[in-house]
Amino acid sequence: MGSQMLTPAERRHQWRRRLTPYMFLLPALLVFGIFMLYPIVSSLQLSFESQLNPNSGFSFDNYRRLFGDKVFRKALTNTVFLLLFQVPLQLGLAMVLAVILNNAVLKFRTVFRLIYFLPAITALFAVALIFRLLLNDEKGLVNYVLNGLGIQSVPWLSNAWPAKFSLITAITWRWTGYNMVIYLASLQSIPDELYEAAELDGAGAWAKFWSITVPMMRPTILLTTVLSTIGTLQIFDEPYLLTRSGPSNETLSMATLLYRTAFQSAEINYASAIAYVMVLIIAAFSLLQFRLAQRGED
Amino acid sequence: MAKTKLANDGMPKSLVSRFQRIMIYIVLVIGAFFSLFPFYYMFVQASQPSSEVLRFPPHLWFGSSAWANIQGLFANGFGRSLFNSAFIAVVYASLSVFIASLAGYAFAKFRFRGRSVLFGMFLLVLMIPYHVTAVPLFQLMAKITFFGNPTWISSYQAVILPALANPFGIFLMRQSMQALPDDLLDAARMDGASEWRVFTKVALPTMRPTLAALAIYSFMFQWNSFFWPLIIMRDKAMETLPVRINALVGLSIIDYGQLMMGTALTTLPIMMIFIAFQRQFISGALAGAVKG
Repeated sequence: MGSQMLTPAERRHQWRRRLTPYMFLLPALLVFGIFMLYPIVSSLQLSFESQLNPNSGFSFDNYRRLFGDKVFRKALTNTVFLLLFQVPLQLGLAMVLAVILNNAVLKFRTVFRLIYFLPAITALFAVALIFRLLLNDEKGLVNYVLNGLGIQSVPWLSNAWPAKFSLITAITWRWTGYNMVIYLASLQSIPDELYEAAELDGAGAWAKFWSITVPMMRPTILLTTVLSTIGTLQIFDEPYLLTRSGPSNETLSMATLLYRTAFQSAEINYASAIAYVMVLIIAAFSLLQFRLAQRGED
Repeated sequence: MAKTKLANDGMPKSLVSRFQRIMIYIVLVIGAFFSLFPFYYMFVQASQPSSEVLRFPPHLWFGSSAWANIQGLFANGFGRSLFNSAFIAVVYASLSVFIASLAGYAFAKFRFRGRSVLFGMFLLVLMIPYHVTAVPLFQLMAKITFFGNPTWISSYQAVILPALANPFGIFLMRQSMQALPDDLLDAARMDGASEWRVFTKVALPTMRPTLAALAIYSFMFQWNSFFWPLIIMRDKAMETLPVRINALVGLSIIDYGQLMMGTALTTLPIMMIFIAFQRQFISGALAGAVKG
């Protein structure tokens, strides 16, 4: 179709049609550009400016300081520690519950699904505060129950290891049902014929789980792993409110350190460097997981 | 042969599965207990006078101070925070669903230059932690000075605007809009409908379930959000519920009864919406994961 054959009215019409998608995109692009893209770029720029002499131009000061910063290293190891324990725990539990709930002969499946999903709609700050009471060192319910069983009180929130464990408990409580619902939907999309064929070959429940369920759910498992990893690497509300990052920074996370640096110590340049190192770490973990998943497929 | 084999198994099949079924129910009920108990404990403690919350042994049944705790909270500016949270979440949910459906429609139903680049850009940002934007966003809000306010710090728009172009929402809307038949849209165009009319009168009405799921998801996201409101809402009158409750935690004498009542009152609306719209909630959660 040669455009020179069109009348001016038709040409105007075509021009307008070509413009239409951009008009539909305009609000999203405007908001996105001003409140996402600009801050992302600006943050990078800030991270390469020295806090002490802002006009000295491009500087690696913040990153250099970061590598020698014991507090940052602590925040990083704390966060990665959380990740290594909490992601497998939460996803494993979710998988067990999903496989059990997927059993067609069970009654009240929707009720159980609703109950397990309920923590996932709760505000993180609320989760943190409820667990703060449950796990209170001297007067919490958990210690009361332990005492009743003849076990000494555990300083859940004021001692390094118990505090880490408390954080993991609260996060697992919040997210297990969410992942379970995702697994449940994925399980229901596996065709029954696969299981029937395996049964004919004499496969037991365990064999069926590893030879059919897990391979069929690989993409979903990968996705939930990546999502929980990203979520844990950014964790803020729980350590901020449940353990107040303590005792002595033992539950400090990268995001709580970022908040403290930027908005309590007002070191915005250093905070920006922390933020960008977070981005790099998150990208590295996600990439690693995708790679591992790909290698597993070959 | 088959019969003897069954007999050799020792137990009749129905009995084995009945035993297994009972075990499964026991596991499920224990799980349900752990899932629900923290909520129950929250409501129990919310009804205790402050001095009784951290009593040893802890209370396991409701106290009589629920009303006193509510009054205490409202005397301390809780009503204003409730309004702030509700207003921000409703405006945010409506606007972000609208913007996401506009953008999703463009990505799903038009071919244009830069489509895949722009879409990829939205998706990429899903991977970037939103904490990265906090410092420059704060500086930006401190610089903007129109609309009568001295700055945008402690303003509704400062909380509503930054996450308004929600990449997850745009992705979700694009996915559902792709299922929309082009013939339907073209038929409306042939009848002389403008592009805007085609969108609002033909495309959007078929998207109701997805719009509802996204609206509920967005409402919940904003209602529960803590990090950014904590940073930007520095005026007590502008605090949202999570920020107000955090301020209670920071006091030298913590009123735990009020604290738990505030937490309960923040959780309750979401719980009620969830029970009423369970399907939309769960499809919102799934859309993010399974369809991806």
